[in-house]
Amino acid sequence: MTALLEVEKVSKRFGGLQAVKDLTFEVREGEIVGLIGPNGAGKSTLFNLVNGVFAPDSGRISFGGADITGEKPYKVARAGLARTHQIVQPLTNMTVLDNCAVGACFGRENLPLHRAYEAAREAMAVVGLSDRAHVLALHLTIAGKKRLELARSLAARPRLLMLDEVLAGLNPTEVEHMIGVIRQIRERGVTILMIEHLMQAIMSLSDRIVVLNFGQKLAEGVPAEVAQHPQVIEAYLGNPKLAAELQGSGEHV
Amino acid sequence: MPSMVRRPFFWIITLAVLAFALAPVYGNDVSLRESLLLDALYITLASNLNLMLGYAGYVNFGSIVFFGLGGYICVWLVNSYKWTLVPSLAVAGVCVSGLALIFGLGILRLRGAFFALSTIGVIEAVQAFAENFTPWGGSSGIYLPASIFTPLGGPRQALWVIYFIMVGVMGASLYLSYAIKTSKFGLGLLAIGQNEDAAAILGVPTARYKAMVYSVSAFLPAIAGGLYFFKSAFIQPSDAFDLSLSTEALVVGMLGGQGTVTGVAIGAFLYEELRGYLLTSSTFANFQLVVSGALLLVIVLFFPGGLMGWIYSRFPRTQKVLE
Amino acid sequence: MLGILASIIDGVLVGLVYGLAAMGLTLIWGVMDVINLTHGVMIVAGMFALFLLTTGLGLDPYVAMLPVLIGGFFVGVMLYWVAIHRMVGRPPLMSLLSTFSVNLVLIGIGTAVWGTALFNVDVSLPGFTMGRYTFPGAHILAAILAAVIATVLYLFLQYTRLGKSIRAVANNREAAELVGIPTTRVLAISVGLGVALAGVSGVLIATLFPFTVLSGDGYQLKGFVVTVLGGFGNPIGALMGGIALGLLEGAVTPFVPVSWTLVIEFVLFVLVLIAFPAGIFRSRRGAL
Repeated sequence: MTALLEVEKVSKRFGGLQAVKDLTFEVREGEIVGLIGPNGAGKSTLFNLVNGVFAPDSGRISFGGADITGEKPYKVARAGLARTHQIVQPLTNMTVLDNCAVGACFGRENLPLHRAYEAAREAMAVVGLSDRAHVLALHLTIAGKKRLELARSLAARPRLLMLDEVLAGLNPTEVEHMIGVIRQIRERGVTILMIEHLMQAIMSLSDRIVVLNFGQKLAEGVPAEVAQHPQVIEAYLGNPKLAAELQGSGEHV
Repeated sequence: MPSMVRRPFFWIITLAVLAFALAPVYGNDVSLRESLLLDALYITLASNLNLMLGYAGYVNFGSIVFFGLGGYICVWLVNSYKWTLVPSLAVAGVCVSGLALIFGLGILRLRGAFFALSTIGVIEAVQAFAENFTPWGGSSGIYLPASIFTPLGGPRQALWVIYFIMVGVMGASLYLSYAIKTSKFGLGLLAIGQNEDAAAILGVPTARYKAMVYSVSAFLPAIAGGLYFFKSAFIQPSDAFDLSLSTEALVVGMLGGQGTVTGVAIGAFLYEELRGYLLTSSTFANFQLVVSGALLLVIVLFFPGGLMGWIYSRFPRTQKVLE
Repeated sequence: MLGILASIIDGVLVGLVYGLAAMGLTLIWGVMDVINLTHGVMIVAGMFALFLLTTGLGLDPYVAMLPVLIGGFFVGVMLYWVAIHRMVGRPPLMSLLSTFSVNLVLIGIGTAVWGTALFNVDVSLPGFTMGRYTFPGAHILAAILAAVIATVLYLFLQYTRLGKSIRAVANNREAAELVGIPTTRVLAISVGLGVALAGVSGVLIATLFPFTVLSGDGYQLKGFVVTVLGGFGNPIGALMGGIALGLLEGAVTPFVPVSWTLVIEFVLFVLVLIAFPAGIFRSRRGAL
């Protein structure tokens, strides 16, 4: 499998805080890679660096072979990389359909308007929002908004989809549903890099896990390995429940 | 484009344009024509301002600059170089659009409030420039001789020609607003208006789109300015960059419902009629600004969606037909 | 050479007054992220208040500062309730429009009553002479008063309970509410203060230059430039920004016709914003 996303020795500092330090890892085509770590570990910052919201202080990021280090966000989107946000960012006064159409129009395929609406409807169907096509985004529930965030990114038909805590704030039924959706998305050929705190979910979904702590890579490997990794357990030691979950889910895999 | 012709709203615009064009002809009603001329002007200014305000969400307090500069370029070409009306208008439109594009690339990097503030400063700056620029007559302005009307068939006929061109400009503004709204470009602008950062992450080329819409929104008002001042045969800085006219375009857009094509047109029409009434009533003559201000305040506080916002909430079906 | 130096020094004196003029704007901006587009007209209101108080009541111009301060405060609180209260937390565009509309109303009333005539308040004070150049006493006194007011404001914000509440609300309104600060009252008071400052600066400016109902726009623009140079919500920064602007004006006016000054300042404003989108002295969290 070829590497779709390569992050090489990337560092980023904000004032006195070293958010990301010398980080290297890759995401191969067709994989689902999970990114975990305690709060403040630098996961969302990493997304922002890949995405073009911030430029790294040093290091290199390449996508599909091309260097995208420090590229503007819209260019990264055009290259075929889509992301969702931890705090959802709907286009509030536009309908669900229009929201997704924006994603479809300006994504990798640069579709004309009517084709974009088709792509939007497809994405909405995958995610389960078809019945709410003409509802304004501001009228959706939090679960609906999360689905919209996902559908909008999917409508762009990206090669790589970065999900930032897409399961946060959802009840167990909704989580089940989203997990199913994520699996479907992978089956459609989209590579996925996801940040998540819901341990069981991310352990069962991911092919590989990368663990971050204090902006650095702590461990990397298949879920079973990572769950047994002593340093990972120690990083979560402040939260015994989580450590137990890691142990537990390690066995299930 | 072809899909636009099939939609009913396109024909509603066409009907409105025809109504404007034909109404004063029937009965050779000159005072109606003059009144409709002002209506058409307001509709033009407001619709084009709406591209920035209602679609992309950027308040352009200085939209009057396009009108004034267009006026100056046209009048200057006619006066100093003896050009005829139509080529002067065309050049005015293109020049002002071009200037807007260049200038826009700079100031559109400023977000929301800062952009709005710089547009306030633009009026001051350009007016100061016009007052000091001798080829443009400085603060005394430029007077045009009566001979400018000869190529158009004499003064009486010239006024009709000017009127029809203005109606055409108004129609073009309405079609333009509609065409943009139903296009990919318009979708991108609306996304920018909702959440600029999210739009950028979704792939919308925000800087480019903002500069483009700023430039496009300058073209027709520049031509309207050229027409208006040609007709007055006189231009001076305080008229060309009249702050009240700029704010009125804003008020009108908010009154009708920013972001809607119909709303802006209806708002412009209603406001101009109101203003006409106020000006003739001697008590209110000085209070034009007060009335605009009070009206704007009420709208912003209580009816941010404007007239169309209210209509859409009461009669949701209309939203399918009207834009 | 000496002439330019004198011009610059005078510019700095006037600049301190510009700094004061900007302080009201930057305070409101810093505390509630609202750009008060009535700022210019409030400065003009201060000017006219001075005119009325000196010609009508024969008050000494500097004594008139006090009633203007108090009156301005109440006008500011009213402004808050009329145009700003409902806009807090909404997109900044809305508060721009609401304050702009009040501005229109006030200018409309002003021009209806006083037209666009030029007004002047005569202030004759002994100046300070150095060689061939005299620095008008009014300039010197205005500069001193501006600096004094700015210092008082700074001390107020740093050391009094109310001042700290204002800074807390500026920093994080929801958190301030949660710790029991009556945010609405604090916001209203802040706007009251902001407008009072605008009015007082109007009084001082009126002792320096003649004015019309429409003069406010120019000073408002200078206020924006100063705010961007000095940081949002930062009174000492505003003073610094004012000095910088005054310096620039002093250096430029000997060479350029007066009507171009505003154009130059505007260009500066835009360029600074393009280069430093958050202003030059970015106020650290809590630096208000």
